[in-house]
Amino acid sequence: MRHALAQIAGVLHRMFSSKLAGSLNILVIGIALSLPAGMYAMLQNAQGLVAQLSGSPQISLFLHMDAKADDVDKLRRQLEQYPTISRTEFITRDQALEQLKESTGLSDVVGGLKQNPLPDAFIVYPKQREVTALEELRKELAKIPAVEFAQLDSAWAYKLEALLNFGRVAVLILAGLLSIALIAITFNTIRLQILTQREEIEVARLIGATNGFIRRPFLYFGAIQGLLGGIMAWLIISTSMLLLNWQLETLAHLYASQFSLRLLSIGDSLTLLLFSMYLGWLGAWLSVARHLSQIEPR
Amino acid sequence: MIRFNQVNKRYPGGYQALKNVSFEIAKGEMVFITGHSGAGKSTLLKLIAAIERPNLGSVIVNNQNVGVLKERALPYLRRNLGIIFQDHKLLFDRNVFDNIMLPLQICGFEYRESHKRVRAALDKVGLLKREKSNPIELSGGEQQRLCIARAIVNRPTILLADEPTGNLDAEYAHEIMSIFDSFHQVGVTLLISTHDESVLRNTKVRVLALRQGELLPTVPAAGSRQA
Repeated sequence: MRHALAQIAGVLHRMFSSKLAGSLNILVIGIALSLPAGMYAMLQNAQGLVAQLSGSPQISLFLHMDAKADDVDKLRRQLEQYPTISRTEFITRDQALEQLKESTGLSDVVGGLKQNPLPDAFIVYPKQREVTALEELRKELAKIPAVEFAQLDSAWAYKLEALLNFGRVAVLILAGLLSIALIAITFNTIRLQILTQREEIEVARLIGATNGFIRRPFLYFGAIQGLLGGIMAWLIISTSMLLLNWQLETLAHLYASQFSLRLLSIGDSLTLLLFSMYLGWLGAWLSVARHLSQIEPR
Repeated sequence: MIRFNQVNKRYPGGYQALKNVSFEIAKGEMVFITGHSGAGKSTLLKLIAAIERPNLGSVIVNNQNVGVLKERALPYLRRNLGIIFQDHKLLFDRNVFDNIMLPLQICGFEYRESHKRVRAALDKVGLLKREKSNPIELSGGEQQRLCIARAIVNRPTILLADEPTGNLDAEYAHEIMSIFDSFHQVGVTLLISTHDESVLRNTKVRVLALRQGELLPTVPAAGSRQA
């Protein structure tokens, strides 16, 4: 245990013996990670905003013009049996006409109508908010004979959701590419270290060091460098978010809204740190596996 | 303890370093290997530590055929050997103390115990006062003694020394030899290679003489040759 701590201390000492090179590596890793992680944080915020703006989703069911009160009762009972529907609201055609008059300012036009063109309607409030599930439900409800037409409101949310999905894929690709870059950075750093410590490795081999003993400090180095890079990325994202929030406050105020960007959650932050640590370790492992075997004592 | 059976070693490129070498060394013996440079002394020592492997024949150390030892088993073989390298192989990025610490770290010795052992080894070779120095500040003789301290710090049963007095003047060489003598006294098996037969003059020990890779017929103890 004490030896492991001593090894880690040695690794840290080595990492910062050349302050500039060590810090630059960590900075590069931090920036590389902060791009996908920052975009992810923005997407999370956008998703929150969409949920907030679109409110609770509704499906409007328009009945046939000749629907009787019996049909309405039957439909109401039918709808109550759906487990995915939280509640329904019935709007008679007369109420609908009243609403139309009030809300659109078309009372003159409406008043001129000889008969009410609007059908009776149910407004269905589903339990889920996920767009595909809502679309499923809409299709199912449209098949009920008494229903002439079923309409999913907030179709724009659907489009935005699609846009967010597009963003998510973009983040994934970016994260994948930059992860490879991070592994490559560590790979190369460790390669240089192995070369500069060639003598030590050789001597250690000659006096009975196992491969594990020789490998360990390099793996520690990779993991620690990755972790510090992750912390750097976290700091970059958090600072940027705070700066943006500062400006956003004024903007949101103008729109009479209280929107502000949320920082990375604790879970997301931990994931970021563990992931960057793992990538560093992996890069080191690959490098060690590749280069250590080339050093054979003579 | 150490047995060579018909050992042949040819390096890639065709150079035949050892030809049909057979001998046996008992536990606690002190044996000198002599011969001109290129006679195969270093190769012989490297075969014992499995730094090189024989092409033919077997090298038995502690009842183990080290010539066919698996890569994984090598570290544990080498931990039982103390090796004093011709080119010292000291690490100049750390001080004297940490150089000697390395074998103990490798074996996973407990912290306090290893400190004690390092000091004991330094005391043995007379470098206790230089523990904080960088090896580069040491004289040739001191570097050689440092190398010995590192070889003995985990108390090996076999000590291999490749030209330990190679570049030293007579006085230093004598000093080094007396250190080896003291290990011999406490039962360590020693194999010391040298091209400088003058160091053998005052000692009555067994000599393995090599010439161009071949072992010459056993020479009686060097001391008796003077008569």
